Amino acid sequence: MINITVNGQRHDIDADPNMPLLWVIRDILGLTGTKFGCGAAQCGACTVHLNGEAVRSCVTKLSRAAGQKIVTIEGLSLHNNHPLQLAWNEMNVPQCGYCQSGQLMSAAVLLRENPNPTDQDIDDAMSGNICRCGTYQRIRAAIHKVAAMQTEGAKL
Amino acid sequence: MKKLLIISTILIVGGTLLLSFRTEPVKVDNPLRLAKDSVGSAKAFMSVYKVLMSARCMNCHPAGDVPLQGDDNHLHTMNVKRGADGHGVYAVRCSNCHQAENATGLHMPPGNPKWGLPPANMRMVFQGRTPRQLALQLLDPKQNGGRTKQQLIDHMAKDDLVGWAWHPGDGRTLPPMSRTAFVAQVRLWIAKGAYAPSAKAK
Repeated sequence: MINITVNGQRHDIDADPNMPLLWVIRDILGLTGTKFGCGAAQCGACTVHLNGEAVRSCVTKLSRAAGQKIVTIEGLSLHNNHPLQLAWNEMNVPQCGYCQSGQLMSAAVLLRENPNPTDQDIDDAMSGNICRCGTYQRIRAAIHKVAAMQTEGAKL
Repeated sequence: MKKLLIISTILIVGGTLLLSFRTEPVKVDNPLRLAKDSVGSAKAFMSVYKVLMSARCMNCHPAGDVPLQGDDNHLHTMNVKRGADGHGVYAVRCSNCHQAENATGLHMPPGNPKWGLPPANMRMVFQGRTPRQLALQLLDPKQNGGRTKQQLIDHMAKDDLVGWAWHPGDGRTLPPMSRTAFVAQVRLWIAKGAYAPSAKAK
């Protein structure tokens, strides 16, 4: 048994320690918001937070997550109301949507470390997340919107 | 007189025999010190240089702030950046994709617990350095991470991330000589005086 905490809930997982964390999250725990894209850490669709870092769950073994805290897209906020999710809705960022949970998890790390990122900061943080629909401009705009929302919120 | 002659002969022969069985303690050469030999030292460094400039070493010692990939030393895809600590930035940290060990299969991320570039304040660039420039840089504690010559040898011989170059995972070429041969050349370079090759050496 390998103990992991996902979205605040502890789970004892009976699986091969070499199993990719992605399959634990999707197939064992049934949290299907995290997507399989390439299986080679090339696209970012499977991004989750492991102790706050945006790891690629398709190449991260279950053994690495033992005793650690994982957050998936389902745990990013309680009611889908993370500032990024609100901005994503308002700006109509997704097209097909497949990559968007990974995009959001990466953007959340960027904004945690840099609440007011420049275009260059956004490029540096988000270039590892590929969007086949090409929603990059809307992703950029939504991240700027969150930064503005947070600045406005701080003023109130 | 005859007795005196016999006794002295016995003493001389006996003494010589005793001396011949006396063993000298084996002298242990200091590995950092051989006879100075600028030609031999520089020649050894040229072998070291070939390894350091191979893709497995140089790709993580780039001239810019982007790691390199492949035997053609192309810029790392995904716009990966060095970051202050050498381990990336924001959502693009090295360990987000690179695990503690190589992932199996062609084009899968290689891995090591220490995977990363040198930090921004000690960039230890190999790419573009001539043999002379690189030798002088490696010997300068202000540019080599504060290492003494012995620590430099230890780093080459024992560091786990350096050792990854000889276990790089599926589909990656190896440096041009074994690690044992490489370390022997590093030792020879330093033991013979740690000379930098001439500015003309390529």
